[in-house]
Amino acid sequence: MDKTINVTLKIWRQAGPKAKGEFITYKMDNVSTDSSFLEMLDVLNEKLVKEHKEPVAFDHDCREGICGMCSLYINGHPHGKDSETTTCQLHMRRFKDGETITVEPWRSAAFPVIKDLMVDRGAYDKIIQAGGYVSISTGGVPDANAIPISKDIADEAMDAATCIGCGACAAACKNGSAMLFVAAKVSQLALLPQGKVEAARRAKAMVAKMDELGFGNCTNTGACEAECPKAVSITHIARLNREFLKAKFKD
Amino acid sequence: MAKKQESTQVEEIKIDAKIPAGSLAEKWTNYKDHQKLVNPANKRRLDIIVVGTGLAGASAAASLAEMGFNVLNFCIQDSPRRAHSIAAQGGINAAKNYQNDGDSVYRLFYDTIKGGDYRAREANVYRLAEVSNNIIDQCVAQGVPFAREYGGLLDNRSFGGAQVSRTFYAKGQTGQQLLLGAYSALSRQIGAGTVKMFTRHEMLDVVVIEGRARGIIARNLITGKVERYFAHAVVIGSGGYGNTFFLSTNAMASNGSAAMQIYRKGAYFSNPAYAQIHPTCIPVHGDYQSKLTLMSESLRNDGRIWVPKKKEDAEAIRAGKLKPTDLKEEDRDYYLERRYPAFGNLVPRDVASRAAKERCDAGFGVNSTGLAVYLDFSSAIERLGEDVIRARYGNLFQMYEKIVNENPYKTPMMIFPAIHYTMGGIWVDYELQTSIPGLFCIGEANFSDHGANRLGASALMQGLADGYFVLPYTIQNYLADQIQVPRMSTDLPEFEAAEKGVHAKIEKIMKIQGDRTVDSIHRELGLVMWDFVGMGRNKAGLEHALERIKEIRHEFWTRVYVPGVSTDLNVELEKALRLADFIEIGELMARDALMREESCGGHFREEYQTPEGEALRNDEDFSFASCWKYNGEGQEPTLLKEPLEYEFIKRQQRNYKS
Repeated sequence: MDKTINVTLKIWRQAGPKAKGEFITYKMDNVSTDSSFLEMLDVLNEKLVKEHKEPVAFDHDCREGICGMCSLYINGHPHGKDSETTTCQLHMRRFKDGETITVEPWRSAAFPVIKDLMVDRGAYDKIIQAGGYVSISTGGVPDANAIPISKDIADEAMDAATCIGCGACAAACKNGSAMLFVAAKVSQLALLPQGKVEAARRAKAMVAKMDELGFGNCTNTGACEAECPKAVSITHIARLNREFLKAKFKD
Repeated sequence: MAKKQESTQVEEIKIDAKIPAGSLAEKWTNYKDHQKLVNPANKRRLDIIVVGTGLAGASAAASLAEMGFNVLNFCIQDSPRRAHSIAAQGGINAAKNYQNDGDSVYRLFYDTIKGGDYRAREANVYRLAEVSNNIIDQCVAQGVPFAREYGGLLDNRSFGGAQVSRTFYAKGQTGQQLLLGAYSALSRQIGAGTVKMFTRHEMLDVVVIEGRARGIIARNLITGKVERYFAHAVVIGSGGYGNTFFLSTNAMASNGSAAMQIYRKGAYFSNPAYAQIHPTCIPVHGDYQSKLTLMSESLRNDGRIWVPKKKEDAEAIRAGKLKPTDLKEEDRDYYLERRYPAFGNLVPRDVASRAAKERCDAGFGVNSTGLAVYLDFSSAIERLGEDVIRARYGNLFQMYEKIVNENPYKTPMMIFPAIHYTMGGIWVDYELQTSIPGLFCIGEANFSDHGANRLGASALMQGLADGYFVLPYTIQNYLADQIQVPRMSTDLPEFEAAEKGVHAKIEKIMKIQGDRTVDSIHRELGLVMWDFVGMGRNKAGLEHALERIKEIRHEFWTRVYVPGVSTDLNVELEKALRLADFIEIGELMARDALMREESCGGHFREEYQTPEGEALRNDEDFSFASCWKYNGEGQEPTLLKEPLEYEFIKRQQRNYKS
């Protein structure tokens, strides 16, 4: 038989972007410790629907920690307290019987609340649109093995590329900075010969867009790295700064 | 001419797949040399709607925009970077032969045809193998960080159904990296203003004017507003319908509704019964469960699959009295290595899934449910060291440990088959055009390349082949005749009528105000599908399923409860609309499975098997792609047949034994 626990949820409910939100308390009894956090919320929502009440709106999709759609600030941490874990991979066995769990949306000026726990992260897409790519079109590219890339470099680029764009870094940052997100993309592409060609230009364009969208400045607190579900390292921020300075010198 | 064959209405219409002339290797080149093109000035005047931002949708939208077309791209997620292609783990196939192990375009083509149990079109599959190499070049140029060897060149691994190493990978996150590559290309075009992106928008109907697709009706998921969009051509890349089974490895919002909408407007639905059940998923653990998690096929490179040799050991393990690590080597049955010595643990997915079911049905399954087998890394760890295994599969092992709370470095993983991919889908011709002119279908949403079973690492290949290298050519052959067609007003009566239909359906659902949640009905449908339209199918079971699905449809339309209003963000309404279509897909799957009185690939009819329990095809009677034509609500669909003629390879009983 599954082990079960009872928990109390304090969930942020907000009817719309302009509405005033508040915490509502829900008691959840006999929650299987093998269920995921989101499955626990599914059970809550099914209960609410049966009572003809509005279910809690939250973003989620793949439920295997890769799409970056799920968010949630759980007990003061983006994606909960566990390290290297997205909310959808967080399981109820990580909570104690009788525990009160506070659930909030991302709190960041650049991620406005849409409803309840759902926020608008379109700003991250806009930053990528400003330069987070290699400027090539389909077709007419060289053979994949034409340019050897050392394994170390390829692996480091992969570590940066592992970012899922969930927004936890900006949500965790007291300044609301998106530096880790931007740095991950700049770093991945600057490391690889294919992306190096326009590395400085890319860094400049992405940082400018980030500033324009209302994200804060980086003061090296390291909260982003600690809360990143994919453990993207802040050393990438150093690389971003280098590329950014290079671009500035050229101006 | 229509005639009645048993209970199925069969129509003898010649289905023309428009296969170009010439030998296999010449067809695609011939096509490209002679197709019509659109000049740059005219491209700017043509609008194309692309629905979906997965590998197929994003790569198509980006490529078409780069060429100069105006693209309108829609997705239901909050960002185009999140489509479920992102969850593909293991890799992507290509015929590069970088490993010098005898690979070639022909061999990739042959393996794919054979893997699909000779139920795919030769010409399409050959083209797929041909463009596979371009995909790898393209992705590397985009900055996709594929795994490399110390010499700096690309690394490969093996996947099921092949005896060469042709799979390129980026850790266990290949789908993510390829999708982010396509997303970056798409983002570049959005930034340039050539693609207009509509996130959190769900297509609810296609608009057909004078027989041609001319736009879509979509619901803004934030505001609930139903909106109209015109285009000269519409491309559907909305993925597969695996979530018909409720529990699947698909993302929660993956659905088959776009496919059903165009089916209702006249696009044929082909081979709906061909669904892939993936052998290595984390077993079901509770009633509250929302989805199943895949463990990549790449694990079968180093993991060995087994169950206890003795029933009493299996029973003791199920009762928790014995641990798998307690069992001696001679007490383990490595049944895939035993039954299929030539391919061993790397047999194709359908074969591996059925073999697991066979062992569990015979009473040798493990886990408390008896519905699991072991995937064991101990001999690989002994041979290569834990570090090497961690480098290869670290993120998968971590994911397993989070879900199951067991350390797979120390104790074997438990796995069981689950619905993963649907080979069936919307019928398309060689140009990826559906039976409605101007309406195209790409990626998993179409039926074209995998026959009755898809090989591992071929979904990514097909999605990107369609989007980067096939559709951008073939759609021009259609659009070249459309350059005189001006942009149309969305006030036309066809748009009006389509929007009205969408509103009527939404209102009908909102008004039911019953006593059952959407999920409770979906779960019920899923159980019927798994039990009777799953890994082992038979006539009585399928007939029972058709009856049950009728009841579930009635249940849905009389008892579902959707809270809130339709003119606002309403997740329950979104789910209800999708479930209404899953019920129809479920029926179509059961119907198709009942019609196909043979076993092939992922479609296993228990009545048709060899004495060794392998799938027994019937090429005499069933060498065709079924094409179901919609006849109206409550009416039975008509079956059309596209004959599959094998000109270039000889069909055989699939053999993975020797």
